[in-house]
Amino acid sequence: MIVASRKPISEIKQVLAGHDKVLFVGCGTCVTVCLAGGEREVGIMSYAMRMARRLDGRPIEIEQVTIERQCENEFIQELAPAAERNAAIVSFGCGAGVQAIAERFPEKPVYAALDTQFLGILEEQAVWTEKCLGCGSCVLSDFGGICPITRCAKRLLNGPCAGSTEERCEVDPDRPCAWQLIYRRLKAIGQLDNLERIVPPKDWRTSWHAGARKVVREEHRI
Amino acid sequence: MIESELTASAGAVADSDCTILAFCCNFCAYAAADLAGARRMQYPATVRIVHVPCTGKVEVEHLLAALERGVDGVLVAGCLEGGCHFVEGNLRAKRRLEAARQTLDEIGLGRERLRMVNLSASEAPTFVARIQEMVETVRSLGPNPLRASAAREESPR
Repeated sequence: MIVASRKPISEIKQVLAGHDKVLFVGCGTCVTVCLAGGEREVGIMSYAMRMARRLDGRPIEIEQVTIERQCENEFIQELAPAAERNAAIVSFGCGAGVQAIAERFPEKPVYAALDTQFLGILEEQAVWTEKCLGCGSCVLSDFGGICPITRCAKRLLNGPCAGSTEERCEVDPDRPCAWQLIYRRLKAIGQLDNLERIVPPKDWRTSWHAGARKVVREEHRI
Repeated sequence: MIESELTASAGAVADSDCTILAFCCNFCAYAAADLAGARRMQYPATVRIVHVPCTGKVEVEHLLAALERGVDGVLVAGCLEGGCHFVEGNLRAKRRLEAARQTLDEIGLGRERLRMVNLSASEAPTFVARIQEMVETVRSLGPNPLRASAAREESPR
C-alpha cells in the first residue's frame, strides 16, 4: 500500500490563494486506508480550509468528490463535470494520483494535498511502516522475506554493520535491526546457509536512478 | 443523527450573545445536566446540548462543523478516564479533540474554543462549573469571527 500524510493546512492554503472555487478530490484506495486522503479526510480539510479562508475575509467554495482510484483514467473520467465547474483541483491522492489527474485535465491547475511517503504496511491501528523501496529487483527470497535494502538504514547486503544495540538499529533506535530480523527468520526456516553466500553489489539499474520506469505487458495489451 | 441535532442547535444559538455547544455523553454529562436541572442549578441559557451515546461517537468533523456554523465554543463532556461505558470512547475523543485543536490553531481560530471535560453522572455542580468556565473563556475570546459570515450565508435559505 502507498502510505501518505497530509500536508500542513498553511501549505495547501497558500497554493489555493489565487482560487475561489476549487474541487477537492479524494482517493478511495491506498490513501483512504492510511487515513490521509479518503472521503473523510477531504471533508475535514474542506471544513478547515473554508474556515481559514473566511477568517482571511476571502471565502472559498469547495466541492468534494472521492473516486475509487486516482491512478486510473477509468475512474478519473467521473471527475470531468466537477472539474469543469471549478477553477482548480486539489488531489488527495498519492503522487501518481495527482499526476494522473493533471494529465487528464491539462487546462486545470492541479495541486497536491498530501506528501507521499512510502510503500508500507499497517503495523497497528494508525501506525504504518515502510517495507519496500520499489528497487525493481527483489531480493526478498534470499533474506527470508525481510528486505535489507529498505529496512537496513545502510542497505547492507552481507550482514549487519555491528552498530546495532540490543537488536535496535544504530541509525534509529525505534527501528529493529533488519539484519537481526533476517538472522532470526532464516534460522526459523532452516535457511541460515543463505548467509554464507557473498552477495555482489546490487545492480541499481533497475531502480529509479535512471528516471521514471515503465512496465509493459504485451500479452495483455489491446 | 448527531448532524441533525448539531444543525438545529447551532442554528438556534446563532443570534445569542455567547453560545456554547456541548456534546454530552449519555452516561455522565447528559445525566449530570439532567441532575443540574432537577436541582434547579443555574447555568447560562445559551448553552445547547447535543446528546451523544458516548464521546467516542464525536468526530473531528462534528467539532469543526459546529465552529464553522458560528458557535463560539464547543465543549465535549465525557466520563472520567477509566470509566467509559465503551471502555475507551472518551480516550479516543480526547485524541480527536487534540487533533481538532491543532487544526483550529493552524487556521487561526484558536484551540481555546474547543475543550474536553471529564465528569461522572452525579457531578451536576461540576457540570455547571465547567459550563460557566467555558462561557467565561469564550467571552474573553470574543464572538466566533465566523459567526457573522455564517449567519449571512444561511439567511437566504
